[in-house]
Amino acid sequence: MLDTIKYSGNVIYRGISYVGELTTLFTKTVYLIFVPPFNVTRMFSQMGRVGPGSFFISALVAFFIGMIMALQMAYQMLELGAEIYIPNVVAVSLTRELAPVLTALIVAGRVGAGIAAELGSMKVTEQVEALEAFAVNPIKYLVVPRFIALVVMLPILTVFADLIGILGGFVICVFKLYISPSLYFTMVSRAVDLSDILTGLIKTIFFGAIIALVGCYQGLNVRSGAEGVGKATTMSVVVSFIMIIIIDCIFTTLFYFVFRM
Amino acid sequence: MITINNLTKKIDNNLILNNINLKIETGETKVIIGRSGVGKSVLLKHIVGIMKPDSGNIVINDKDITLLPEKELNKVRMEIGLVFQGGALFDSMNVEENVAFVLNEFMKLSRKVVKEKVADALAMVGLQGIEKMMPSQLSGGMRKRVSLARVLCMEPEIILYDEPTTGVDPITADAINNLIVELHDKLKVTSIVVTHDMSSAYKVADSIAMIYHGRVIAEGKPEDIKKTNHPVVKQFISGDARGPITENENLIFGHVR
Ligand SMILES: Nc1ncnc2c1ncn2[C@@H]1O[C@H](COP(=O)(O)OP(=O)(O)OP(=O)(O)O)[C@@H](O)[C@H]1O
Ligand SMILES: [Mg+2]
Repeated sequence: MLDTIKYSGNVIYRGISYVGELTTLFTKTVYLIFVPPFNVTRMFSQMGRVGPGSFFISALVAFFIGMIMALQMAYQMLELGAEIYIPNVVAVSLTRELAPVLTALIVAGRVGAGIAAELGSMKVTEQVEALEAFAVNPIKYLVVPRFIALVVMLPILTVFADLIGILGGFVICVFKLYISPSLYFTMVSRAVDLSDILTGLIKTIFFGAIIALVGCYQGLNVRSGAEGVGKATTMSVVVSFIMIIIIDCIFTTLFYFVFRM
Repeated sequence: MITINNLTKKIDNNLILNNINLKIETGETKVIIGRSGVGKSVLLKHIVGIMKPDSGNIVINDKDITLLPEKELNKVRMEIGLVFQGGALFDSMNVEENVAFVLNEFMKLSRKVVKEKVADALAMVGLQGIEKMMPSQLSGGMRKRVSLARVLCMEPEIILYDEPTTGVDPITADAINNLIVELHDKLKVTSIVVTHDMSSAYKVADSIAMIYHGRVIAEGKPEDIKKTNHPVVKQFISGDARGPITENENLIFGHVR
């Protein structure tokens, strides 16, 4: 019993200090964004890796999720004779919840892990120290462009995921449930408010920041060798997933109870 | 001038540097010798400020770099080139981008000038035509020389060499020794050379310091070090497996069981 308390106390303590260190990294990163010199080349090259690089997989997932949602709904709604509401449900749950979160999880797995591995191997081969020795701040050089890239690109990827997911629903509704194409889009545009899209997108800005910070933090704190890099990569995915889900829950609660959105 | 005062550093509760005192005059080449793991690389990292001491300080050109804020420290760093033991080349960049790193990062030079400077720096370390190769395609010795070229390209006042001749063939090693000597004679570069290679040490040194158990146990001109009666130094420079340094070591070390 005492052990359990001790153990959970330890876990909570580590969790809090982890969040503390992430906050420190966040503060430094945001500060350094505004300190010259500004290097847009590095930023754009990171954006290229995050955005177009993740587009295919996130679009594919969104498309299938749209289809799956429509099918799952059809099973229920046909019994009620309410299949006409399927477009509404698909569109609202995609824009508010599924597209932002799934895209974030995909990007965390794809980009966050990549960042942790890349910075981790730079750390163990002394490249991070070499940057410092050449009077370059590693956070400015490595973290800032990745941070901006993720914060900018994740919302954009999500907008595409919204659209493509709705298209996935369209395929099922039109070809399987024989809802007319124009009716589908009318229903969707009636159901989806700007606020639905915005609540979805605001979250992804935070998800993007989390993915970048966790990936960079794990990478820069690798201490030893290949095993350390492997662990950092795994940890970056696990931690990002947990934090994305927690933040999502917080935001959803906030939007629901406070802003009534 | 570089002055190291009472420098002490613990890493993970191991006392690595224990009250190191050293003075390197402007234009002097100081060679630091000592066994593997004694903390020579750690010492060099303190001099560029990428490791912070637990106590003691380092004064470079009248500035205590352990107290400087980052911006000021970076100004000092622009005048110091560290040739990392393992090269520490940026592996996402090709050789040219590596060598030109400081030029590209801090100076607005035309492409043509940068190319020329890179080619010059590479030629000084005996390399040519490898500008477009990636670090992963180079041999260990080539990597070390590219790392040296990267430092030469920034034309620093102070160069810290971490084992510049280990891992290169004897001919290249001699050419690197000559390079260190010429940088000293012609450009008045202040240098610290960490090495195990005694022939290189005698060739380039104005003075030699030996670190043992975290302390400087001997310091002097190459001739004096050569003639020393200090048993520990004597064993090290003659490269004898038996002697006071190794008397407490595992008896199997260097033997087949
Ligand atoms: N980043 C680090 N983390 C933990 N320990 C370290 C670190 N860097 C160095 N050490 C320890 O400090 C000691 C000195 O290391 P250092 O690399 O300075 O040795 P060295 O004298 O340069 O040896 P060599 O001649 O083999 O290069 C070693 O015992 C090493 O284990
Ligand atoms: Mg070393």
